[in-house]
Amino acid sequence: MSKDNTIYLGERKDFWERNRRSGGYLLKKRAKEISVSVIRGLLMFGLCFMIIQPMINRLAMSFMEEKDLYDSTIILLPRNVTLDNYRIVAELTTFPKSMINSLWISIVMSIAQIVSTTLVAYGFARFEFPLKKFWFGCVVMLIIIPPQTIQTALYSSFTRFDIPGILGLFGVPGIFELTTGSPLNIRASIWPYLLMCLTCMGLKDGLYIYMMRQYFRGVPDSLEEAAYVDGCGTMHTFVKIMLPDALPTIASCFLFSFVWQWTDLFYSRNFLTGFKLYSTEMSVMVSRMSKYFASDATQAVVVPNGRQLQLVSIAVLFCCIPLIILYIFTQRTFVESIAMTGSKE
Amino acid sequence: MSKSTRSTIQSRRARTGYLFILPFIIGFLVFMVKPLIISLEMALSNVKLNPGAPYTLEWNNFFNFKFSITSDAQYNQLLMDEIGRMAINTIAILVMSFVIAVILNQKFKGRIFCRVIFFLPVILASGVLPGIESSNEFFNLMTDVAKEATEGSGVNLSAALENLLSVSGVAGEVFDVIFQMIDAIYDIVMASGIQIIVILSGLQSISPSLYEAADVEGCSAWESFWKITFPMVSPLLMVNLIYTIVDFFMKNDNKVMERINNYMTGGNAVEMNFGYASAMSWIYFGVALAFIGVGTVIIKMAVKSYE
Repeated sequence: MSKDNTIYLGERKDFWERNRRSGGYLLKKRAKEISVSVIRGLLMFGLCFMIIQPMINRLAMSFMEEKDLYDSTIILLPRNVTLDNYRIVAELTTFPKSMINSLWISIVMSIAQIVSTTLVAYGFARFEFPLKKFWFGCVVMLIIIPPQTIQTALYSSFTRFDIPGILGLFGVPGIFELTTGSPLNIRASIWPYLLMCLTCMGLKDGLYIYMMRQYFRGVPDSLEEAAYVDGCGTMHTFVKIMLPDALPTIASCFLFSFVWQWTDLFYSRNFLTGFKLYSTEMSVMVSRMSKYFASDATQAVVVPNGRQLQLVSIAVLFCCIPLIILYIFTQRTFVESIAMTGSKE
Repeated sequence: MSKSTRSTIQSRRARTGYLFILPFIIGFLVFMVKPLIISLEMALSNVKLNPGAPYTLEWNNFFNFKFSITSDAQYNQLLMDEIGRMAINTIAILVMSFVIAVILNQKFKGRIFCRVIFFLPVILASGVLPGIESSNEFFNLMTDVAKEATEGSGVNLSAALENLLSVSGVAGEVFDVIFQMIDAIYDIVMASGIQIIVILSGLQSISPSLYEAADVEGCSAWESFWKITFPMVSPLLMVNLIYTIVDFFMKNDNKVMERINNYMTGGNAVEMNFGYASAMSWIYFGVALAFIGVGTVIIKMAVKSYE
């Protein structure tokens, strides 16, 4: 009698006994749990493998000599190991120089973008002012309007740049036109894009404003109010109270903007033509190959497709490796602070 | 007295607010509104380029729009293709990112590792990277060869299944779309990095006590998924929808954008024509906007039926 009432706590050998007592429920539940985790494991493994596999492929391919590419018995491990490919790709993409350019331009632009978008996001999250809804609608517009629509117009307005730009539509002459006689051509310099970044019109700036506004809205009002009561000014409160807590979110926005700036082709091709950036160099490397492999400069040779693919793959690898290293060190910031930004509507 | 003090504080706050968003206002007017107006002007006129001087505009009575819609067969073809591709991919990305986010939100061994991997596409599928290999023709050639090789050896399971199902004629069109999605699964996963993050952030903001309460009331996991998870995350589906469609514009393997670019730069054996290029991009933008509108309405309706 007393033995029958014993409760078996998690003893493996009593599993069948417990199963019998629960009328088969325990077995069913355990079977369900195991099958779910097996299916989930398979699915996750498959998808993860699919994401990583091209990188592994590229890495393997990068060590192969050209003849290995056409050997159907070679799939991953190269038979004739060579590092020559790396030298060729570096020369085709003006490697160290273009990468250094990419690095400092990405950093400068990201800082400009993040400083301006943080200010704007704070303004939208914490202040009440007339037409606020309208201006926020404009932020959403900024996210939606593809920059290609205004590409030509921007292009032409930077070749003939003048200070009160918007008034030019009504025939008001600009400062440069009055002083030097003609508008400036600043298209190839760093200024057009830097100006755009400083005024929140850079790559995906609408998204950063949206993300950071979402974060600032979640911070309790009392924090700021306490600071105001203690006699803090608005700017002081913002810098001393709000910014330190917002750092993870700002950092993740900075990382996003750095990464996207690094790989960006659209703005680099249009407004940063004065600098050899890695992304633009990469996009023209195929057309450079035929000249590069020719024995003398006057003629061009046809580079076999496999070879072209191999070299482009190595260039992609070059482009990704710094980003992946950065990502490995900062993935916590990437993932967690975005999750923290939340989605309170 | 007190009222006037309050109103000055309010107006001061309002002024400070405007100061904070001033960079955005300036940028929006100078680098967005003005170019938009100019680009619309260009789209409506015949743009004549004069070397060394500003271009001149000639009103041409919607010729650019008329021409691109009624006469330019290639543009129409590309537009239809891209819109179709966009529709299928958008649906697939929305579903895919939702499923993956739900899985990543569960507790299992190696979850951290999986998260790290799944956010890699944010890096690997941005900017110049996704198009660079596929946009070059040689790559397509290579994949064709590879495809023939695998089909010849008869180990391609999906192709075999495809043949089987299409022979038996079960709803051919629908299966075609599904097979397209399966073939494109790599592209879809690579394009859904941000979307997964967005949904995941939504899932993590749902309080666990909701599920507990549902469990106590006797809800199955399936029911609480549809009654709790789905309605709570559905506003984010809209964010994802907009982001996915907009992202499609910026991809550099987008054929329509390539054509517009050609007309702008005079590359690829077409004559440089700013007006026509602007008109084409306005049409594309309009179509995508309509697409976003329709998607928004559908999602709103779906959400309403759950509330």
